[in-house]
Amino acid sequence: MKVLVACKRVPDPSAKIKVKQDGSSIEAEGLKFVISALDEVAIEEGLRMKERRGGEVILFSVGNVQAEEQLRMGLAMGADRGILVVYEGFPDSDLVARAIAAIFREEQPDLVLMGKVSPDTEAGQVGQLAAEYLGLPQATFASKIELDADGSKAVVTREVEGGHERVEVQLPAVITCDFRLNTPRYASVPMIMKARAKPITKAPLDGLGVEAIAKVKLRNLLPSPQRKAGVRVESVKDLLRCLKEEAKVI
Amino acid sequence: MGSILVVAEHRRGHLRAASLSAMSVGKELAGHPHSAWHILVMGKGISAVAEEAARYGAASVLSADHELLEHPVAQVSASVVAQATTAVEATFIVAPVTPWTKDFLPRVAARLGAGMVSDVVGYEIEGNTVVFQRTMYAGAVNAAVMITTAVKIICARPTAFPKAKPEERPSAIVPLSIEIYPASIGTTFLSYEDRPSERPDLTEAAIVVAGGRGTKGREGFQLLEELADLLGGAVGASRAAVDLGWVPADLQIGQTGKIVAPSLYFAVGISGAIQHVAGMKDSKVIVAINKDPEAPIFQVATYGLVADLFAAIPTFVEAVKQTKEA
Repeated sequence: MKVLVACKRVPDPSAKIKVKQDGSSIEAEGLKFVISALDEVAIEEGLRMKERRGGEVILFSVGNVQAEEQLRMGLAMGADRGILVVYEGFPDSDLVARAIAAIFREEQPDLVLMGKVSPDTEAGQVGQLAAEYLGLPQATFASKIELDADGSKAVVTREVEGGHERVEVQLPAVITCDFRLNTPRYASVPMIMKARAKPITKAPLDGLGVEAIAKVKLRNLLPSPQRKAGVRVESVKDLLRCLKEEAKVI
Repeated sequence: MGSILVVAEHRRGHLRAASLSAMSVGKELAGHPHSAWHILVMGKGISAVAEEAARYGAASVLSADHELLEHPVAQVSASVVAQATTAVEATFIVAPVTPWTKDFLPRVAARLGAGMVSDVVGYEIEGNTVVFQRTMYAGAVNAAVMITTAVKIICARPTAFPKAKPEERPSAIVPLSIEIYPASIGTTFLSYEDRPSERPDLTEAAIVVAGGRGTKGREGFQLLEELADLLGGAVGASRAAVDLGWVPADLQIGQTGKIVAPSLYFAVGISGAIQHVAGMKDSKVIVAINKDPEAPIFQVATYGLVADLFAAIPTFVEAVKQTKEA
């Protein structure tokens, strides 16, 4: 199995996000960055497939040069090599999907895995866009992936409205992962050491033949208005009185 | 200027409330500048749904009623929307944010060369341009974005827009003849496990009772279910409770789950990470019940009660019962 897996650099989910004065981007200084949590789930799934069937796990990221840190972290989990598509700025989902399609054509993997959404821009489009550009089957929101014996297809359990759906996809396919798929491993110290020697290829957009045009343009960012705290009530009786008489919602 | 196509979703024989929000967006966009708006419904045996959709004043309701649309996979749904777009020469596609549309709508975008904005919470019309607002970073940031392509696709967050109201004159229902080639797409639907529930839909309920890690498991959730049933509300959960397997995944509220905005939201045993708050902060009244007085959930709660939920919830249930009897 040759598995291509997304490894996006995103701010630590517990970090406080500030917007730059000019609204052009968030304030990155002093911010800790990590691998998108759902991409970690995707990496873990790729590693388990490799452990069972052999093959290779290739990570990719589209972003600035600092995304190499996250690729290095993913390699420390056990992936074999990384591809960094260098793009300074704010790529829209479409640009990322076209970059993935270009990498796919070059690498010819059996499977593309990624998180169903990333916690920074929250668009949730990239996997499906890439699948359509490549004419591939897709299965989004995966909570279970069962590969068949010869690796030609997979049965995927998807988290959908009202319960679960099972679909069978011919490989190669794009599968986007949900949290229930697995619990990602931690990188051990020896693995972190070993990851330093693993190769990361830098690929500029034009080298991949991907045009740097955006279908969705960011005009500006603003901090969201935050909800204010209300009052503390002393007892269940007080709470019920407030809900009935003050808020009138019961 | 082409027309506007609203993709309407239905469930158990009825339009979902989320679809009505998308309709109100489609209808308003159709006024700037003036153009026609249409509704697309798809499925198997959906004549009643098409009639329901025909009450909202659209120029037409396109009905794609087909054997193979009972459980359509993403490629099929995307293909139907693309064919409907061509049929009415639409330049704007509006759909509600739901698990169904999230799955296939980006494929429509790639197919049509369209830019797509997910989870739109507002928009401003500036001359010939529409500037869309959406949230990022678990609700910490509001982004203003524009679509540069001729065909534009947006997913509207249902809680951010009013629901369309029925109009007097019914729309014409136009059967949409579609071509589907299921053999060529390499994807086969196998099964769908439905979980019947007497409770209202989580995203449509006026009252939501949500639990987190503090409920300690199924027994804790049974207390919340009793409260929800007493109030006619829905049950929701934080990601922690879903990951631990205490409640089904589609009841997860938050950044990677559902976005809800009921008139009354109970956050019980939920610490209040921003990823959860992102999914419920637009609720009218938020009640937080948590035994940790420092829990961040109290910073967004209208009413905060520091208490052990295993004592507070049964007491609250009894008190509500008494007032109902009185």
